[in-house]
Amino acid sequence: MRIVVVTSGKGGVGKTTTSAAFASGLALRGFKTAVIDFDVGLRNLDLIMGCERRVVYDFVNVLQGDAKLTQALIKDKHVDTLHILPASQTKDKDALTEEGVEKVIKELETMGFDYVVCDSPAGIERGALMALLFADEAIVVTNPEVSSVRDSDRILGILQSKSRRAMEGREPVKEHLLVTRYSAKRVEEGEMLSYKDIQELLRIPLLGVIPESDAVLQASNQGVPAIHLKGTDVAEAYADVVSRFLGEDKPLRFVSYEKPSLIKRLFGST
Amino acid sequence: MSLLTRLFGEKKKTAAIAKERLQLIIAREHIDGKSSPDFLPALQKELLGVISKYVKIAPEDIKVQLERQDNIEILEVNIVLSETASPPAPQ
Ligand SMILES: Nc1ncnc2c1ncn2[C@@H]1O[C@H](COP(=O)(O)OP(=O)(O)OP(=O)(O)O)[C@@H](O)[C@H]1O
Ligand SMILES: [Mg+2]
Repeated sequence: MRIVVVTSGKGGVGKTTTSAAFASGLALRGFKTAVIDFDVGLRNLDLIMGCERRVVYDFVNVLQGDAKLTQALIKDKHVDTLHILPASQTKDKDALTEEGVEKVIKELETMGFDYVVCDSPAGIERGALMALLFADEAIVVTNPEVSSVRDSDRILGILQSKSRRAMEGREPVKEHLLVTRYSAKRVEEGEMLSYKDIQELLRIPLLGVIPESDAVLQASNQGVPAIHLKGTDVAEAYADVVSRFLGEDKPLRFVSYEKPSLIKRLFGST
Repeated sequence: MSLLTRLFGEKKKTAAIAKERLQLIIAREHIDGKSSPDFLPALQKELLGVISKYVKIAPEDIKVQLERQDNIEILEVNIVLSETASPPAPQ
């Protein structure tokens, strides 16, 4: 079983969107996958997955022994091999204990899961630390923006010091850069950091680039993970991400912009 | 962006500014994160000198370190007095 944390430091960059799409993508490939919402107190993942009305027990109920893990896991309505462990909306963050989380993860392993995807809350406090503690791999979600890149750099430092792998001196957490909310047009115009700039700054392998897209709102409106919106740029970009994660070679898409303006065509770009 | 600036070069693009700023920010944070300030050994030595005036103490019984948590630094000084610690003989 591999544990993948989706993290960023900065809030609102697309962690939950990515967790939902990525976990769905792994499950579509036939892997038995669980996605856990570590954002205790807010609870967003179930909305993005469209399973909010089926939440009976949550992660904290399981941690506190009030429910069995099998009672709290929700089967995804799109993909059979996907299960969601929702966060609680009310209880406080101190419910996330190392021992509790470790126990849940061990149990998922005995249940035969191939992948556990941990949707981290923003920040670098308890919830975020617990989400990355047991990670084997990390998807560092980064927007092409100064504060997001800076926060990604900080979260990389934390992965390298506070994960179990780091603390036990094992092979380090495998890090992947995922640039999201990318606008090839604005990059072309020199108004947005390019994915190459970000990669040069953070110095970790690039897993993919997800374009800024209206389809993300369409997906969240309906409670359908973006990867299911057939034919949209985000769905394709996330499918590529899953392929690359599984070791397949996929060229980057949605990273270049064709200039339509007549002036540019006449005078060439300056 | 106006047509003129499009045609005849222009001031620096904001993405380039963002990248430069990030290069500096990240370089500085990496230095801050790793190195411990170099005054720690000297501080340890001086503390040893002062404390030795009053109690017998071995150099390794004084530990000085700097901890960094988010935006604050904590200077931690640990002084272990063995049970047999006694004032040095009067001179
Ligand atoms: N590729 C994208 N294109 C357009 N909008 C996006 C994209 N990715 C995410 N968003 C939007 O950005 C907002 C934040 O996304 P999301 O909730 O996934 O971020 P998050 O990192 O999980 O946030 P938090 O830190 O609060 O948990 C949402 O409104 C979402 O619809
Ligand atoms: Mg989120």
